[in-house]
Amino acid sequence: MPFLEIINIVKKFDKQIALSDISVEIEKGELVCILGPSGCGKTTLLRIIAGLETANSGQIFIDGVDATFLPAAKRNFGIVFQSYALFPNMTVIGNVLFGLRQKKWMAKSDMHTKACEALRLVDLFEHKDKFPRQLSGGMQQRTALARAVALSPSFLLLDEPLSALDAKVRQKLRGEIRAIQRSLGITTVMVTHDQEEALTMADRIVVMNNAVVEQIGTPREIYNHPTNPFVANFIGTMNFYQHDGQTCAIRPENIVITNRKSHYDFAAHVKALEFKGPMTRVHGTLPDMSEVCMDISSEAASEMRLNENGTVFLKMPQENLINYANTAV
Amino acid sequence: MNSSIRRWFSRFRFWQFVVLVAVLLAFTVILVFPLFSLFSKAFLNNAGEFAGFDNYSKYFSTPSLSASIKNTLDIALWSTLFSGVLGFLYAFALARTRIRWKTFFKYTAMIPIFIPTVVHALGLVYMFGRQGVLTRAGLFPFELYGRLGIIISEAIFTFPQAFLMFFVALEFADGRLYEAADSMGASPLEKLTRITLPEIKYTIINAFFVCFTLAFTDFGAPKVIGGSFNVLATDIYKQVAGQFNFNMGAVVGTLLLIPALASFTVDRLVSSKNSGTISAKATKLMIAKSIKRDAFFFCLCSLVTAFFLFLIAMLFVGGLSEHYPYNLSLTLKNFLFNRSAGGVDSYFNSLKMAFLSAAFGTAFVFVYAYMMEKINGFGALRKYGKLLSVLPLALPGMVIGISFIFFFNDRGNPLNFIYGTIAILVVSNILHYFSVPFFTASGCLKKLDKEYESVASSMNVPQWKTFLRVSVPLSLPAILEIFMYLFVNAMVTVSAVVFLYNAKFKIAAVAIIHMEEAGNFGQAAAMSLLILAINVLVRILYEAAIKIIKEKRL
Repeated sequence: MPFLEIINIVKKFDKQIALSDISVEIEKGELVCILGPSGCGKTTLLRIIAGLETANSGQIFIDGVDATFLPAAKRNFGIVFQSYALFPNMTVIGNVLFGLRQKKWMAKSDMHTKACEALRLVDLFEHKDKFPRQLSGGMQQRTALARAVALSPSFLLLDEPLSALDAKVRQKLRGEIRAIQRSLGITTVMVTHDQEEALTMADRIVVMNNAVVEQIGTPREIYNHPTNPFVANFIGTMNFYQHDGQTCAIRPENIVITNRKSHYDFAAHVKALEFKGPMTRVHGTLPDMSEVCMDISSEAASEMRLNENGTVFLKMPQENLINYANTAV
Repeated sequence: MNSSIRRWFSRFRFWQFVVLVAVLLAFTVILVFPLFSLFSKAFLNNAGEFAGFDNYSKYFSTPSLSASIKNTLDIALWSTLFSGVLGFLYAFALARTRIRWKTFFKYTAMIPIFIPTVVHALGLVYMFGRQGVLTRAGLFPFELYGRLGIIISEAIFTFPQAFLMFFVALEFADGRLYEAADSMGASPLEKLTRITLPEIKYTIINAFFVCFTLAFTDFGAPKVIGGSFNVLATDIYKQVAGQFNFNMGAVVGTLLLIPALASFTVDRLVSSKNSGTISAKATKLMIAKSIKRDAFFFCLCSLVTAFFLFLIAMLFVGGLSEHYPYNLSLTLKNFLFNRSAGGVDSYFNSLKMAFLSAAFGTAFVFVYAYMMEKINGFGALRKYGKLLSVLPLALPGMVIGISFIFFFNDRGNPLNFIYGTIAILVVSNILHYFSVPFFTASGCLKKLDKEYESVASSMNVPQWKTFLRVSVPLSLPAILEIFMYLFVNAMVTVSAVVFLYNAKFKIAAVAIIHMEEAGNFGQAAAMSLLILAINVLVRILYEAAIKIIKEKRL
């Protein structure tokens, strides 16, 4: 039985539909990313799971119990927001204790022990008496995480937890959050618009767009077998072209480039070369004038003496081709 | 249970609902019900029968009464013109020039806020009255009592408002616009008319209406210095307190609402177009050096400041001398106030009233703003609450005063028991000065992270605890500002309370009027000094507290 069951959720704001018939199942202990462009309804879904919003129809089951009408306070989850929402008038440990103090049956010393445990987990124990404003963005984020896990919640909700941080810190924290989540074995739902974040962190990804779920799957499934052009285009880069009345799609790194005129599928005109360090991205146009881009190792690019305005010959390996019914992309 | 009903219940927060309904009900009782009484009185005759527009036609056909409208418009326009122009220039000097002593000038500009309007008039009498220093020196060959005196008093009264509004508007400028203009070779005059004035045009309109409405409805200054020059606010007082003609009083009361209603309409029309012109990328304006400009503005600020300080100095002269202008020997005997005007008790009564108004008012305003900003759902109730929250801006004190008489003095009203007590004074002050603190509080609450409540409820912390432990401490500067604002205004207000105080519970600002009427100018000046002293003290405490909070948060 899944730990979190989201069944046919519909949410409307005035006349605008934020979620239309969303169903997702989340297993115990897994980290699921809800991924989608801004305004797709992903944050609303998270808030409904949290009980901070109420759906117009549909049901939520938590650990087999109907939680549809349960208030947030009774759902036993921890939450981390993009803004961290740390209480600026309390110290780091004060923030963590704020929720623990509600547990009236707990001894004061136990509360303190629990709070310290949580802070050790995120490696902030030495900073426990500082105020949030004295910490870096990454440390503030870890404080919010410690506060969320201190109450030993049964699941964790992360709302764009890394979006406010700069790139370096973000990459480091991805690993840390994932490690903490694994060590606690805590079921986690994370909302993000950053596909790389979703691909690197998630056990499974729920791709959303315009209030509906487009695809649910592991990062590999989503990347290698996007079930529709939206997912294909939203995650990673995808080339689309028409072939035999079908829309074909292929990733830039799967196109084989040669400058020999044998066994090729297309001849492409090279428009621009984009040097990216180990890889070089080749931007070109196909004979039917549609755009195409290819990734090859920079070493291979210089061996082949690729240059702008030249012509290259492309091979589209059958096993990497994805076919879609002819829809507009 | 039916699932749609369960859905509704799961969203329904019982205690939020109770508190929301309680504050809205309280506000409705003190705001909407009295106003309803006022309007119904305006359309009844003395016998309590429906009279339609009879009262209005009677009013407009009585020349002595209808002349007041013209008089009131006249003095309100002139005083607004003076305070508006001076307020703008003064604000420009502080925000856009490089003159010295800016902090000093900023505080002296606020002097008029700390004393009742009757005291502005009193100071003028000491300066320009028949025995005034400047009159005796032959420097003022005009008649102060009447139109001229009222215009000057109201200009003093409204100057700080105009100054503060213009200062806020001028303080924020996009330096890039001026640099671009410089690079195109624009003259200072072109920059003023093409950049500065268009940027603050909404402030100009707002400042005009705010000052105009204040001057239009003020009671204190015309009462003391108006002589036989009648204005609406003194008419209303005469009709109600002198002739017990409540219906005519109600008619005048409704007329006093006109400028505020006009300003609401205009505000609605222009505010929809008023989108923020300053972008986040704005750079700070570098003020160019100009000795000529700075010299001019320094002189202007010095003149205005000197005038205010002179006015205060005259209160010291009057309050501390044996018998101005005949015997100027130093004495404290003026502080032994006559019992007839309320004695020194009136001062302590005022302190008590101001403190209670500030304490209860701050709590009420803050909870009210919290209910508007920080809870979900109850859309219709909150919309109603927001509508009510701006209404007090349109209500002059005189209108609050008489509508409170009409509503609370009714024997059939179960709240009749507060009539004639300190409670009704406190309630009238809270209502009168509600809106500005409300904007302060809701502005402050809007800036707090809206997820605090979400995080707290995820940790099963009840909302009242989050309110006390997070929202209140984080809003402390705003709360102190609201407290100070309510206290200072309750100390200086005359208009609403003049109808509502009890003969056994006199208050200082009204006592000053009685002292002046009795010819006890020395005592009036002494009382003014006491009011000024406590207000300045409260302001200093506020500034000190803010400084401490800021240091702690850095």
